[in-house]
Amino acid sequence: MLIFEHSQPKRRSAAQAPATLAACDDIPSRLRRKAPPLLPEVSEMDAVRHYTRLSQKNFSIDTHFYPLGSCTMKYNPRACNQLAMLPQLLARHPMSSENTGQGFLASMFDLQEMLKEVTGMAAVSLTPMAGAQGEFAGVAMIRAYHDARGDTARSEILVPDAAHGTNPATAVMCGYTVREIPTDSDGNVDLAALKAAVGPQTAGLMLTNPSTLGVFEKSIQDIQRIVHEAGGLLYYDGANLNAILGRVKPGDMGFDVIHLNLHKTFSTPHGGGGPGAGPVGVSLRLEPFLPIPMVANEEGRYRWLTEQDRPHSIGRLSAFMGNAGVLLRAYVYGRMLGAEGMHRVAEFATLNANYLMVELAQAGFDVAFAKRRASHEFIITLKKLKDETGVTAMDVAKRLLDKGFHAPTTYFPMLVQECLLIEPTETESKQTLDAFIAALKEIRDEAYSQPELVKGAPYSMPVRRLDDVKAARELDLVWQPS
Amino acid sequence: MPFIPHTEEDIQVMLARIGVSSIDDLFDEIPPELRSGQLSGIAPGMVEMDISRLMTERAEADGRFLNFSGAGAYEHHIPAAVWQIATRGEFYSAYTPYQAEASQGTLQLLYEFQTMMASLTGMDVANASLYDGASGLAEAVLMAVRAHKTSRRVLMPKTVHPLYRRVVDSIVRHQKIELVELDYDPAQGITTLPEEKDFAALIIPQPNFFGCLEEVDTLTDWAHSQGGLVIGLVNPLALALLTPPGQWGSKGADIAVGEGQPLGSPLSSGGPYFGFMCCKQALVRQMPGRIIGRTVDLDGKPGFALTLQAREQHIRRAKATSNICSNQGLMATAATIHMALLGPDGLERVAAACHANTVTLADKLCAIPGVKRVFAQTIFHEAVLKLPIPVADVLRAMEVQGIVGGFDLTPYYPELGQALLVCATETRTAADLQKYTEQLERIVSRRSSGPTCTKLVPTATSKW
Repeated sequence: MLIFEHSQPKRRSAAQAPATLAACDDIPSRLRRKAPPLLPEVSEMDAVRHYTRLSQKNFSIDTHFYPLGSCTMKYNPRACNQLAMLPQLLARHPMSSENTGQGFLASMFDLQEMLKEVTGMAAVSLTPMAGAQGEFAGVAMIRAYHDARGDTARSEILVPDAAHGTNPATAVMCGYTVREIPTDSDGNVDLAALKAAVGPQTAGLMLTNPSTLGVFEKSIQDIQRIVHEAGGLLYYDGANLNAILGRVKPGDMGFDVIHLNLHKTFSTPHGGGGPGAGPVGVSLRLEPFLPIPMVANEEGRYRWLTEQDRPHSIGRLSAFMGNAGVLLRAYVYGRMLGAEGMHRVAEFATLNANYLMVELAQAGFDVAFAKRRASHEFIITLKKLKDETGVTAMDVAKRLLDKGFHAPTTYFPMLVQECLLIEPTETESKQTLDAFIAALKEIRDEAYSQPELVKGAPYSMPVRRLDDVKAARELDLVWQPS
Repeated sequence: MPFIPHTEEDIQVMLARIGVSSIDDLFDEIPPELRSGQLSGIAPGMVEMDISRLMTERAEADGRFLNFSGAGAYEHHIPAAVWQIATRGEFYSAYTPYQAEASQGTLQLLYEFQTMMASLTGMDVANASLYDGASGLAEAVLMAVRAHKTSRRVLMPKTVHPLYRRVVDSIVRHQKIELVELDYDPAQGITTLPEEKDFAALIIPQPNFFGCLEEVDTLTDWAHSQGGLVIGLVNPLALALLTPPGQWGSKGADIAVGEGQPLGSPLSSGGPYFGFMCCKQALVRQMPGRIIGRTVDLDGKPGFALTLQAREQHIRRAKATSNICSNQGLMATAATIHMALLGPDGLERVAAACHANTVTLADKLCAIPGVKRVFAQTIFHEAVLKLPIPVADVLRAMEVQGIVGGFDLTPYYPELGQALLVCATETRTAADLQKYTEQLERIVSRRSSGPTCTKLVPTATSKW
């Protein structure tokens, strides 16, 4: 039932609005709304009950193992939420002066410094509001750098074919054309193809390392030399930073510009789709172009750096300073981890992924890059299962829901047929991983003994499998009263 | 203090199963010279009690101010239930609802959100949120240019929030789009009809940055008569009182966007908030961002799923409508609960109370010698006042008294002279308005008759 179907004319949550309706006679009727909007008319309890019940129809990290590859669904510590929601922090107006927020700005400055240290970059701006906006900022800085040197013929961004879709989409938003670089049979960027692709038209290469195939680009030093010798810059997509946090710094790999997904590596919540935060870090030569505002510490007094201070900046990406509350959560998380904790993130994310990979391989599942170490994630392909039983990766994913596990990422990266991209993260215990392995084995057995059972899954969710084709063909995006 | 559950025994068993002797061995594909040393710049970890003390001390040192600033972010009462429910783990710690059957809570809620936003704006359809109002406006500009096909010029009134104009420029400048600035009437504070012909879209802010109400019907019909689209940039709370963009002029706006913050997002130094975007049905395939659709399951039972994904980056890659992936789902969740709790009547009462408070405050302040309204046009819940002394001095003196006194327009609109943008939402009481009035009177009269007030705090030098 929709909230609108709970509605009764003239019912109100009387405690939540002013007791009277103030006159607004000065607003001429030609500018006034004629009919009220279609909002529910419910009591406070109606609303609380409805949305609490809706919440119970979700899988989440707090309720289920959620090994969604490339999304780093690790535990979101509750302290991060509580401390970002201290009343003084919530009440501060974004345009009030720096005097009213020295404590807040200190936290933002400290976070900038922390991110510089873990990434090995020279400077950081916190303002991008999501990973994709961080990518936009990064590629816009690559363009600004070339333009500032009068090197304006560079028109192309190189992207491996295994990259996230945001990479090519971002390059286009920044006015570049995209050239895809193939992957070799070992899961690495094809170096010969890369050498053939670079040239005076190359503005840069966007790379995720470890890649979305769940393996470390062993030739990263060659890749960076090839791109740099061609005059291009190297962009690090930080989607998989959790695999190397405290272990390898992107700056040491030769990257010129990076973004981080704080909603992955720094454990801020995904919130059913956001908000995230996508800070960007750069090497010294790109530092003048960072997006504003940034925080400066001037002898213990913190202030915003804006257009006046940073005339070469690529500019602003949000009306104010970005997702402050998300940044606060990430800061609290970083302070709780400390240096030692950060080292352990990558270690245990990698331990969990390799354990899961080896156990599944020994149980007879086909690992896509079996000769490689897993990074923090890995791929299994269910092609054989599909050929023998007709059960697809999507069917297995849906059946996992019945077994009490959120599905891994399905059908991404597109290079591997019938794939599941599995990322357990460091916050899951061996016992949880063992239970997940057992569930996958059970499903495989079901696929051979009762394939229709698996194809019809899920059965225990609030709905059975949904008709996506109908959803797209017969668009129903807003409710209409009958 | 990492959140890692492994016991020493677990670790040993796992390493043995993998067939390595240490965790270090798992990194043997990484060239050893790339291994970073200790993170010497990062402090040791803190337990929850210690980080709680640090953050609480910092927050308390910042304190709380009596707020009379708006300028794109508005202090409103948020019902306690909104964030208690939004931070339930099932909403807070879920991902984008890719597995629809295990995400019906988020999906149904966002379908309700889309319904509420479409109705509030009077448009046919809505998406499931963008980052914020400013970047949402940039997406609307890109969308209008895609839809128009022949022109890449977009008319941008100076009455649009000055920081929004900068954000739009930052985001669209690489795609050969020309933003044409439109002037405003200096007496009325609203956009004057330009002499432009070839353009893809006209942006109409309602209310505009000055709080003034634009003549939306005239502007909309004019833009349509010239073959351009209309982008309504609206405050969603104001739409409880004002004509929704879908009903502007004879055909209505084509796209409505705005900052959703007034619907349940705390001020929080600027974010996270959320952008919303609504449009006419004919434009839905040009819309960026996640969209939820209602469909049926195998048994014919209604359910909800992400739809029109062929527009998006993870399918369409370089040909996507936008690179957006994460949105502001949790803020949209809060907004949905917020709107359900207020209802049509509550939202109108809040909007009316904000408006009445600001009108009352402006009238009281204009009784102070030398203070007057700059524009004659009707406002909604925000007003521009001319002061007899520099605004920065007033705001500093107010701050010493614990008041955030408004937004200084001087750096952005020097032609207005010493102009202050002030706002009093429903959260300000009569006593608050009186306190503000008395302080302004004191500051203005002291400054007019004697030396400047002592600076008790360092000067805030930077400007937004």
